[in-house]
Amino acid sequence: MSRLRIATIWLGGCSGCHMSLLDLDEWLIELAARADLVYSPIADAKRFPPNVDLTLIEGAIANDEHLELAHTARRHSKIVVSFGDCAVTGNVTALRNPLGSAQNVLQQVYIEHGDPGGVIPHDPGIVPVLLDKVVPVHQVIPVDYYLPGCPPSAPRIRALLEALIEGREPAADIRFG
Amino acid sequence: MAAKTLTIDGHLVSARPGETLLAAIREAGITVPTLCHLDGLSDVGACRLCLVEIEGQRRLQPACMTMVSEGMVVHTNTPRLQSYRRQIIELLFAERNHVCAVCVASGHCELQRLAGMVGMDHVRYEYLSPNCPVDISHPRFGIDHNRCVLCTRCVRACDEIEGVHTWDVAGRGVNAHVITDLNQPWGASTTCTSCGKCQLACPTGAIFPRGVTVGERPHASERIALIVEARKQRW
Repeated sequence: MSRLRIATIWLGGCSGCHMSLLDLDEWLIELAARADLVYSPIADAKRFPPNVDLTLIEGAIANDEHLELAHTARRHSKIVVSFGDCAVTGNVTALRNPLGSAQNVLQQVYIEHGDPGGVIPHDPGIVPVLLDKVVPVHQVIPVDYYLPGCPPSAPRIRALLEALIEGREPAADIRFG
Repeated sequence: MAAKTLTIDGHLVSARPGETLLAAIREAGITVPTLCHLDGLSDVGACRLCLVEIEGQRRLQPACMTMVSEGMVVHTNTPRLQSYRRQIIELLFAERNHVCAVCVASGHCELQRLAGMVGMDHVRYEYLSPNCPVDISHPRFGIDHNRCVLCTRCVRACDEIEGVHTWDVAGRGVNAHVITDLNQPWGASTTCTSCGKCQLACPTGAIFPRGVTVGERPHASERIALIVEARKQRW
């Protein structure tokens, strides 16, 4: 059996889901025996590679960079998992949505509630441009499986990964927050 | 009083006349999801989660508002009902800002538990993300409209058990919201006795004791039924 190619990406989230992934401790060594981590914030890869078997997406879609990376991941991955509450619902990342447009959010944060003389960051091509509304991953690309939780616990991540690696349908496991 | 005999999910069940279908279903040991129903309060049929199929009737009926009758044949868990129940929970999550990760009721919330029960692993509808106020003008309690599902359990607990009717509902459709007195800040209410029964009745983190943070608001809705039962007994 050829080795599985697994990727993880970190969009609009706090990285807590990736911390929970690392919380799998010694099982990660077992995982490493069967799979390669070909792209991840915790792996040294600059570009999302082709022919990925499984991609875990942490975080909501909050800016143009997230949008592009989500589409790239979908194009190159057989299975895409919304990994954690931000990816599944928008969660804390989407708390800004009731404030309205991206411009209004930036105005509130940097000018009205920021230091005196604050300026709104604006560096196209360097600082990603915020979308007007933070949305869950499945609103921009098709998602195959959902693992809610803030963060999902290590045993829950393991149960999902084991099922997907063995080609089984994962058991329903729903717990938000 | 002749008992009524009916069939629920293929089981023959006998029920008392005047009993609701929901009570008969529960006595038969069958679980039907509910949200606006709370033991001890009157029923209003608002949440539609307990809708059931009754043979010979074209419309689905809320079990909490339907009386048992002789020979009724009831189905409580068909694929159609499962699909509607999931849609209802998704719409509730989409309508306000239910952010379990930062909610006082996380781990003790009926909406959060129902999501798991009906198999809602994501919401297929667009989130409305309304800008909802939080009123902490009351010295002991707060109301966070982001978490309110408009079940009206607080309204009924306040009216039927405490007897003061501080709470009510204003507005229509997505603009509907619970209010205190004549839509005044809760802390300015002249009718509120600060008894806290609204907070006990609340299924989510909408009404909470001040000073609690994430996951700290315990679920204590069953205490409403205890109060009602205790009122019947005179020692």
